[in-house]
Amino acid sequence: MNKATRWFSRNLIRIYAVIGFAYLFLPIVYTFVFSFNDSKKSNLVWVGFTLNNWKNPCGAPDVCNALGNSLKIGVLATFFATILGTLMAFAMGRYAFKGRSVVNILIFLPMATPEIVMGASLLTMFISFGFNPGFWTIVIAHVMFCISFVVVTVKARIASLDPRLEQAAMDLYADERETFRRITFPLVAPGIAAAALLAFSLSFDDFIITNFNSGDVNTFPKFVYISAQRGLPAQANVIGSSMFLIALIIVLVGQFVGRKRAGVR
Amino acid sequence: MVDASTSAHGDLTLTNLTKSFGEFVAVDDLDLVIPQGSFFALLGPSGCGKTTTLRMVAGLEEPTSGKISIGKTDITFEKPYKRPVNTVFQNYALFPHLSIYENIAFGLRRRGVKDVDKQVQNALELVELTHLASRKPNQLSGGQQQRIALARAIVNRPALLLLDEPLGALDLKLRRAMQIELKWIQTEVGITFVHVTHDQEEAMTMADTIAVMNEGKIEQMGSPADLYDNPRTSFVANFLGQSNLIKGSIVDSSGGSAVVDIFGTKVGLAQDRNHAHDSSVLLGIRPEKIRIQPAGTAMHGNILEGGVISDASYIGVSTQYQVEMPWGQELMVFEQNDDGTPPLAKGDAVVMSWEPIFTFGLAGDQDATAGSEANPDSE
Repeated sequence: MNKATRWFSRNLIRIYAVIGFAYLFLPIVYTFVFSFNDSKKSNLVWVGFTLNNWKNPCGAPDVCNALGNSLKIGVLATFFATILGTLMAFAMGRYAFKGRSVVNILIFLPMATPEIVMGASLLTMFISFGFNPGFWTIVIAHVMFCISFVVVTVKARIASLDPRLEQAAMDLYADERETFRRITFPLVAPGIAAAALLAFSLSFDDFIITNFNSGDVNTFPKFVYISAQRGLPAQANVIGSSMFLIALIIVLVGQFVGRKRAGVR
Repeated sequence: MVDASTSAHGDLTLTNLTKSFGEFVAVDDLDLVIPQGSFFALLGPSGCGKTTTLRMVAGLEEPTSGKISIGKTDITFEKPYKRPVNTVFQNYALFPHLSIYENIAFGLRRRGVKDVDKQVQNALELVELTHLASRKPNQLSGGQQQRIALARAIVNRPALLLLDEPLGALDLKLRRAMQIELKWIQTEVGITFVHVTHDQEEAMTMADTIAVMNEGKIEQMGSPADLYDNPRTSFVANFLGQSNLIKGSIVDSSGGSAVVDIFGTKVGLAQDRNHAHDSSVLLGIRPEKIRIQPAGTAMHGNILEGGVISDASYIGVSTQYQVEMPWGQELMVFEQNDDGTPPLAKGDAVVMSWEPIFTFGLAGDQDATAGSEANPDSE
């Protein structure tokens, strides 16, 4: 009895960790396992193992069209949001200007606004401007809500940058441009990369705002939502699992590169 | 782009240099000439304006008024990257994403120098860290980073090398070793070094000339020995080492040596060490210059009687006494433990003496404790 209690108290943190991770990863494991389910119409009960879904991920009607749209929108939104957000982060992190503290607060507003409200008002705005909801309205909407996240992420990186490094570069005969190119940018780049990844993942899985502003353009989250009402094809699980694996690989590669750059052996 | 190796060599001259931050005047109408090739220290407590002065010379801070020139070239408003000046920053500011080699090559590459490799190798040899060329800065120890920061600056052969508390982050033992090394490197390369520090021992070990700064102004400038033996203000007397400052009045200044009355005792003060404006004087004597004996012993030189030891601490090489005088002041006496006699004890009545030549006189109207509270380890 005493021995068991001791074992338990010694391993309490491990047990807690196992339960915690199980809670976090069980849904992903479930998605992954059911991507191999030999389902016919609805992928809710286990029928049997098959590789057919993985061999033919575009098998379900419209799934790859929706995925292609999501990827295109994600890349475009990430591109614009990262550029604009990075420039804003430099302006806010580096220069003292009138109203900077107000801007610092305002930048959080898009993150704090409920998506449902933002989606609805964006639609109203597009219609009153005479834009037909479609591919580009989705891109504009996504850039809009991604910018805040980019600004906050990049700004944190800039804030942690020792200003003496740039002063040292200037002291060592690098003019403003060279200093930015050789010192500032390389040191802020990991923050920009992180911000871009964040923007992409936010854009890729956004449903609420997209649903309001997409017209008849289908995206992957929209596809999943709509098909879920009639029975989700297993291909959705295949694509979901693939996205997860790709993200995992990116994170692992990022970690590896980061360690190498930092010179840890 | 300026070729640092040929242009603008000569003395560094600061003329009426002033820097204010709003109401606060950090550097107050400073005039200073630092001769080419010297090892010069700006010494002072934190907030005295020494770092601001250095940053203005580096071009990282713009003067409110005044002029900075090297030789005949005015560099007051020149961009930092156009000055023949390099800086060793307080926390080294090595570029974390570049190798040690690329850190040192940085300045050479920006100036488009041809034989980068040879010069980097020479700089690495100078600081004896050739084997670390491919490492990243965070793989180096503090002392190694310090040497790389020095190599990165020196490799450009600037007219002027600025060192901003370069040894502040190192532990005591390493700091001592680096002091000697820095001094050796300065002699080797012959570049003017301007060294900013709050550590008086560091300044005295390395510099040919020290300027003691206080509240944006230079209190006194001179060789370490000159500053120590013949301070002109109580701030300098207390900031560089320790001093006993006793109130007195000059009763006779007709001879080469003035006669000063301190609470009834007459002592001698050489005229060239007397900086009092009138008869009111603060008589200064360094603790280690005082000889101390049991009361009644015959002494020569300037003699003070009637003291009683209020505290004695044995610290190995010497014994440090606090001696309470009849007028209530406590004097410090450091006595070398070199004569085989047991140290005196608390409560012993003593007589003290010192050679009149060691006495210095300061104007009697100043604060006798100025500079003494300055903690050399703060900042």
